[in-house]
Amino acid sequence: MIAIYKREMRAYFTTPIGYIFLAFFLATAALVFSLTTLYAMTTDVTGYFQVLLYGMIVLLPLLTMKLFSEERKQKTEQLLLTAPVSLFSMVFAKFLAAFTVYAGALTVTLLFFPILEIYGSVKLGMLFGNYLALLLAGMAFIAIGVFISALTENQLTAAVGTIGILILQLGISLLNSLLGEYWARFIVASLSVFSRFSAFTQGIFDYSAAIYYLSFTAIFLFLTVAVFHRRRYE
Amino acid sequence: MIEIENLVKRYGNVYALDDVSLSIGEGEIVGLLGPNGAGKSTTMNILTGYLSATSGSVCVNGIHILENPKAVKRQIGYLPEQPPLYPEMTVKEYLNFVYELKGCTLDREAHLAEICKVVRLEDVSHRLISHLSKGYRQRVGIAQALIGDPPVLIFDEPTVGLDPKQIIEVRNLLRTLGKRHTVILSTHILPEVQAVCERIIIIDRGRIIANAKTEDLARRLEDAQSFRVKICGPQKEVAAALREQSGVAKVEALPERDGESYVFIVESMSKVDIRRSIFTLCAGKNWPMLALEPIGTDLEQIFLRLVEGEKAEKESKKRKGKR
Repeated sequence: MIAIYKREMRAYFTTPIGYIFLAFFLATAALVFSLTTLYAMTTDVTGYFQVLLYGMIVLLPLLTMKLFSEERKQKTEQLLLTAPVSLFSMVFAKFLAAFTVYAGALTVTLLFFPILEIYGSVKLGMLFGNYLALLLAGMAFIAIGVFISALTENQLTAAVGTIGILILQLGISLLNSLLGEYWARFIVASLSVFSRFSAFTQGIFDYSAAIYYLSFTAIFLFLTVAVFHRRRYE
Repeated sequence: MIEIENLVKRYGNVYALDDVSLSIGEGEIVGLLGPNGAGKSTTMNILTGYLSATSGSVCVNGIHILENPKAVKRQIGYLPEQPPLYPEMTVKEYLNFVYELKGCTLDREAHLAEICKVVRLEDVSHRLISHLSKGYRQRVGIAQALIGDPPVLIFDEPTVGLDPKQIIEVRNLLRTLGKRHTVILSTHILPEVQAVCERIIIIDRGRIIANAKTEDLARRLEDAQSFRVKICGPQKEVAAALREQSGVAKVEALPERDGESYVFIVESMSKVDIRRSIFTLCAGKNWPMLALEPIGTDLEQIFLRLVEGEKAEKESKKRKGKR
């Protein structure tokens, strides 16, 4: 498993994709940060994190699109699937590599906040709550991306498919506010990774949301394993 | 070493493998031979755990592949039809990656250096795989299969796309590897198996139609054999004398003529070697024999015969079924 993780990490930075992701991620984060806090003359960071989360819809598929699709296209998946490695550790290694790059990029954005501190105080609890929320939601996004990438051998299809599903999820969570019945809202909310985001942004540690994100991730990783399992028997 | 029993692989209604059973002993070099799409790659993919069979069982070294796939995979080095290479890595990085992937415990430096020496990759070990020629890529693919020193090596069409010199190199390499490993290799090129393998398994449309030692398979055709004989002597007389020989089924005098000598096609009855009696005849009559060569003993012929025989058998079965 470590071998696959290491290879994947190296692949991010020996091909342009890792740099493209980092460049776009940091540019987006910096732009959103300036607009929502510095220009808006506020130290309230809720807006920043909310917009950044929407940015992830387009950015995270850049990290996940080639994870499995490229292996299939280059026929290298035969090497992984005939090596003495379990399907789950193969899937998890790739997921972890994408998550590492994402978490690394997110860490760099921590540098923004000392700047904000010059103009006024930032609530630390809220900051960490928001970072945790972004990490957890990103985890779920990546898991979806990993799954979609296992379904196709075309990187572009994988990226567009992932973006499509994430936008659909966003749509579902917006639809949620229109629903009257509690049970209907509950079902719809459980389908969308976006619905659970808000508690964290207020600086509250929402256990149920954290568990929701972790199980959402686990489900999609197991679905990915199932894709490979099924393909063997096709 | 490898036991395959009643292996069936079905894609929808199409049988890629239809009840294949075979056993391969330790240290054997076996050639899987068959036309494209016969089921060679499918067999290999199931053996290596890349695909699962619809039914049937595969055992490697006594371990069942479904019960302990990891242990079986550790016993096998596999070179798929297209070598599984990452173009953005250097040869050295790639081999190190495979070393870690396989969880190899041999001494890393020494082991990788030895493999590079065997497949002659030392010169290119720092180059990117994407910059390598086809021949070198194939060698990297073979090197990858050798990592971890697995007892079984499986190569799917290892010489496809190589130039004649590289083909000879790869064949020599396979022979060397066969001394220490069980080797299974697939190909649709007949001289290749003839040159490398001790045993040949012929597959056609998902079924084994022949499984024999290479020389036995070649001998099969000698049962009823044709010879091309060039004899210096009066054509009609020679033909008549040849016909009188016991064991001769048919003599055909060809219109070819080379000075005083003529060419005859002599067909023997089954399981009779007529070469000696032809020689004695010619010696007795003082007709110098200039050439005697068997016709159609190469595998090409056997292969076509087997494949066609199979076809005819199936058709006759179908006809009977209709009646």
